[in-house]
Amino acid sequence: MSVTLENSGARKSSWMTSLVDWIDQRFPMTRFIKEHATEYYAPKNFNFWYYFGSLALVVLVIQIVTGIFLTMNYKPSAAEAFASVEYIMRDVEWGWLIRYMHSTGASAFFIVVYLHMFRGLMYGSYKNPRELVWIFGMLIYLCLMAEAFFGYLLPWGNMSYWGAQVIVSLFGAIPGIGESLVEWIRGDYYISDITLNRFFALHVIALPLALVFLVIAHIFALHEVGSNNPDGIEIKKLKGPDGHPVDGIPFHPYYTVKDLVGFIVFAAAFACVVFFAPEMGGYFLEHANFEPANPLQTPEHIAPVWYFTPFYAILRAVPNKLLGVVLMGLAVLAFVFLPWLDRSKVKSIRYRGWLFKTFLFAFAISFLALGFLGLQPATPVYTNAARIFAVIYFAFFILMPWYTRVDKTKPVPDRVTYHAH
Amino acid sequence: MLIDKKMASVKMAAQKKTLLALFGAALVSLAMPLSGFAASAGVQLQPANNDVSNTASLQRGARNFVNYCLGCHSAKYVRYNRLAKDLGLTEAQVMENLMFTGERPHDTMKITMPPLDAERWFGRTPPDLSLMARARGTDYIYTFLKSFYLDPSRPNGTNNLVLPMTSMPHVLWELQGYQEAEYEGRSDAEGNAVHKEFKGFKIAQKGSMTPEEFDQFVRDTVNFLDYIAEPMQLERRNLGLRVLGFLLVFFLFAYFLKKEYWKDVK
Repeated sequence: MSVTLENSGARKSSWMTSLVDWIDQRFPMTRFIKEHATEYYAPKNFNFWYYFGSLALVVLVIQIVTGIFLTMNYKPSAAEAFASVEYIMRDVEWGWLIRYMHSTGASAFFIVVYLHMFRGLMYGSYKNPRELVWIFGMLIYLCLMAEAFFGYLLPWGNMSYWGAQVIVSLFGAIPGIGESLVEWIRGDYYISDITLNRFFALHVIALPLALVFLVIAHIFALHEVGSNNPDGIEIKKLKGPDGHPVDGIPFHPYYTVKDLVGFIVFAAAFACVVFFAPEMGGYFLEHANFEPANPLQTPEHIAPVWYFTPFYAILRAVPNKLLGVVLMGLAVLAFVFLPWLDRSKVKSIRYRGWLFKTFLFAFAISFLALGFLGLQPATPVYTNAARIFAVIYFAFFILMPWYTRVDKTKPVPDRVTYHAH
Repeated sequence: MLIDKKMASVKMAAQKKTLLALFGAALVSLAMPLSGFAASAGVQLQPANNDVSNTASLQRGARNFVNYCLGCHSAKYVRYNRLAKDLGLTEAQVMENLMFTGERPHDTMKITMPPLDAERWFGRTPPDLSLMARARGTDYIYTFLKSFYLDPSRPNGTNNLVLPMTSMPHVLWELQGYQEAEYEGRSDAEGNAVHKEFKGFKIAQKGSMTPEEFDQFVRDTVNFLDYIAEPMQLERRNLGLRVLGFLLVFFLFAYFLKKEYWKDVK
């Protein structure tokens, strides 16, 4: 019985096997699938925080696919852009759904990426040997910020217009070349049709291309060194008789089925925003952006979209414009240096002492607080609060070589912590 | 400070698009995040309590809109035939009751008043209302339409508490009548008000509607504006429930699939 079944199975798949063989002789398909999925051994102790990597990839795909469909009806011209977005919202079949998915996706991308980065901070995923994984990740983050900024001008609402005006003018703070640089970026003396056209080009071609390339580099670098885990233990150090890490399991099928569950939970939260609160109270789609761009009238209160506000709050907290711009830039770039700032022997927060835990907690709080303050009008009280939190923010990085060296760490076990369900 | 800003912006809008104005605006934009403006005029907005699923209210609102607003304000993204479908009307009903100037059913709600004339007559072009409910909120429009009061210093004879120095006249005066704003506060030695606080409105001349009828009239109109700002909003919520239902079922399958696979992970 079993023999006949096996035989029939073999017969059925024989043409498949020969097709796969044919391809494999010409293209490393099977090898690729093995290296990156069926024989990529990931630690078995991933927790909640490990969903956000695959979710970031999912959001990237959502943004690219919805973006393609939006481009089919969007018109990148100052005279038509605003109306074409309303055309998508009202007259294009399912246009509203595609547009809301794209606008919600922009915010979702940052939520997912911030959680993904925080995971890296907690478990020391930037430390040797994953420095390049981390740096590629930071480049992705920079591209993402640029991508979001360029995309925000495209609806040509009044907040788009003045947001772009304020952020582009920041480059004017650079001594000497500032003003000419700003003109060069805009391609005009003010934010105009020309600016909109080039931002469109950058948003739909240049940055997505860079993003996709960097995501591939990020994943390749990761699969070269192997994933970190909540214990910060290198699972490759302990291999079984089959040559595979004893604490590792093949990414496919174990993590594909697990990430599928995570994806569905994420999709439900995403759907709640798209279908029930697409404006998210003015945080995902700002109210002032429902009025068309007006070069002669500013919105009552200009604030960048929420994902930029931690850095915007730092900018505003500094009285000197140039210094503010420099500190804002450093606040973003500081992450790049983490692999060399961290002198601790252990990776994971689980085996670190109270000093690191305190600093990381204070950093997380100050990041959130700055994000909140960046959305508020700059009253003296708020500005002073932003100064205090900015100091804590930078202290996390500047003092890191000291507190990670003197911090009392706990001994790291050989095996990861895992309780079978 | 807010009134200053409003006046400045009106003045600026009146100017031609000179480079000077542009640079001025750019400067304002740079100063703004640093100085910080309070949102809206600081007037307590009244809740509109409108309901876009109330089709009868939307139909009344559409009637109010074409009779009282559409003379000056366009809704240039709104199509009449879409309106007919969403408001449970036939195209013939819409053509007969809502379209007066020979438009075709697939046309949008445009106006014939030339923008340049409008600017000459009113000081600025009356804004398109397609998205006003999303830009300012329904409570804002509801309170705005109820807050015109007599002010002889204004060219129209009326001013508005929510949007001071508005160039819009009190279009609904026949219905609401005229009201006076009452303030309380103290004056300095020269008799100038130093601290003026709005107390309430007092009817100066009765209109054809009772206050309750007028509230309902404004509520219906705001409801219509809410609907045209996002015509698919009912469909959106409806589809959302079905999507969440599907995801719940999908979740159960995926969850047990994961459990099954992970049994062998020790």
